[in-house]
Amino acid sequence: MSILAYNGGCVVAMRGKDCVAIATDHRFGVQAQTISTDFKKVFHIAPRMFLGLTGLQTDILTVRDRLMFRKNIYETKENREMAPKPFSAMLSSFLYEHRFGPYFIEPVVAGLDPKTMKPFICNMDLIGCPNEPDDFVVAGTCAEQLYGMCETLWRPDLEPDQLFEVISQSMVNAFDRDAMSGWGATVYIIEKDKITERSLKTRMD
Amino acid sequence: METLLGIKGPDFVMLAADTTHANSVIVMKEDENKIHKVADNLLISTVGASGDTEQFTEFIAKNIVLYKMRNGYDLSPKSAAHFTRKNLAESLRSRTPYQVFMFIAGYDTTEGPELTFIDNLASAQSLNYAGHGYGSMFCASIFDRYWHPKITQEEAYDVLKKCVLEIQKRLIVNLKNFNVSVVDKSGVRQLEQISSKSLLDYNAAA
Repeated sequence: MSILAYNGGCVVAMRGKDCVAIATDHRFGVQAQTISTDFKKVFHIAPRMFLGLTGLQTDILTVRDRLMFRKNIYETKENREMAPKPFSAMLSSFLYEHRFGPYFIEPVVAGLDPKTMKPFICNMDLIGCPNEPDDFVVAGTCAEQLYGMCETLWRPDLEPDQLFEVISQSMVNAFDRDAMSGWGATVYIIEKDKITERSLKTRMD
Repeated sequence: METLLGIKGPDFVMLAADTTHANSVIVMKEDENKIHKVADNLLISTVGASGDTEQFTEFIAKNIVLYKMRNGYDLSPKSAAHFTRKNLAESLRSRTPYQVFMFIAGYDTTEGPELTFIDNLASAQSLNYAGHGYGSMFCASIFDRYWHPKITQEEAYDVLKKCVLEIQKRLIVNLKNFNVSVVDKSGVRQLEQISSKSLLDYNAAA
């Protein structure tokens, strides 16, 4: 089995009308054994930007720490907030630096540009090949199921409350068909004037 | 083969570790303590490749002591776990990674009790209860059944007894004795060993 599926877990992000949403499951396991049910794979890294990391848990923690370090250096040098686009470029080059000994993660970035407030979503493979579609991005052990759910439920220009419903249903119904993900979920809705965090109670089997 | 257990309560963390040191099929030692007192408020229990457990735990422990000498205050249990994980993660991508599984247990007067699970890949997670090693497979369900947020030290010790009883009943490997230590606001204490002898008249159903 792939090392990317060793600990399990999934993340999904979606674009809406002047808003974005990102969701994570809560499971941390070692192969089939669940160790913890409160491991959130999405991190709040700037006022309007979230980073989701799926894959090997040790690398999730390492990459999160090292990216925060680079982002803080950038913000100190430039004396301004880092936008999602340059952050994704930095993440991509960081991952490609380890081209021949990669971190076993699949990242998802979601946020609003601090100046224009334009929604931004992006995902990558483990060596940093970026993908910036204008609908949704998925990652994790139930990526296939997530694609299926997102493909059927998502439509353009969803309002924040509709987007919450769509991303939650996509997430829950995708990971209920995957033993390596689930055990609850957290959804973040990012709008220009507020961020809403909601916890979902889901099947625990 | 070896087993570590850990339980976090509202104001303490309790660790248990078997005392067997085996090399291949031979038992070398029956009284090895795998729970190390690192500071006044910090315990580290370690299993894994036998040389690595000693070397790595000592490296971490001495650096935590050095931190206190330099700064005049202890490293918090959260910070100690972060430091340990970082070192293990760096070793993971070296030519000779440390093969260790550990629990960092501590009590901080402001942050409260903290139990951190760290495995050989440097995965780390703060938990209420967990186990390492083959024995832990039989204990997950016991913890799930008997742990609750207001668990007392007496109850936690009883849960550990239930775990040891199950390990000695179901695991093919013979783990005779378990050392038990607890860390709380008054510091680190070693509790009475749980052994097949001390469990002779123990009624798990009670």
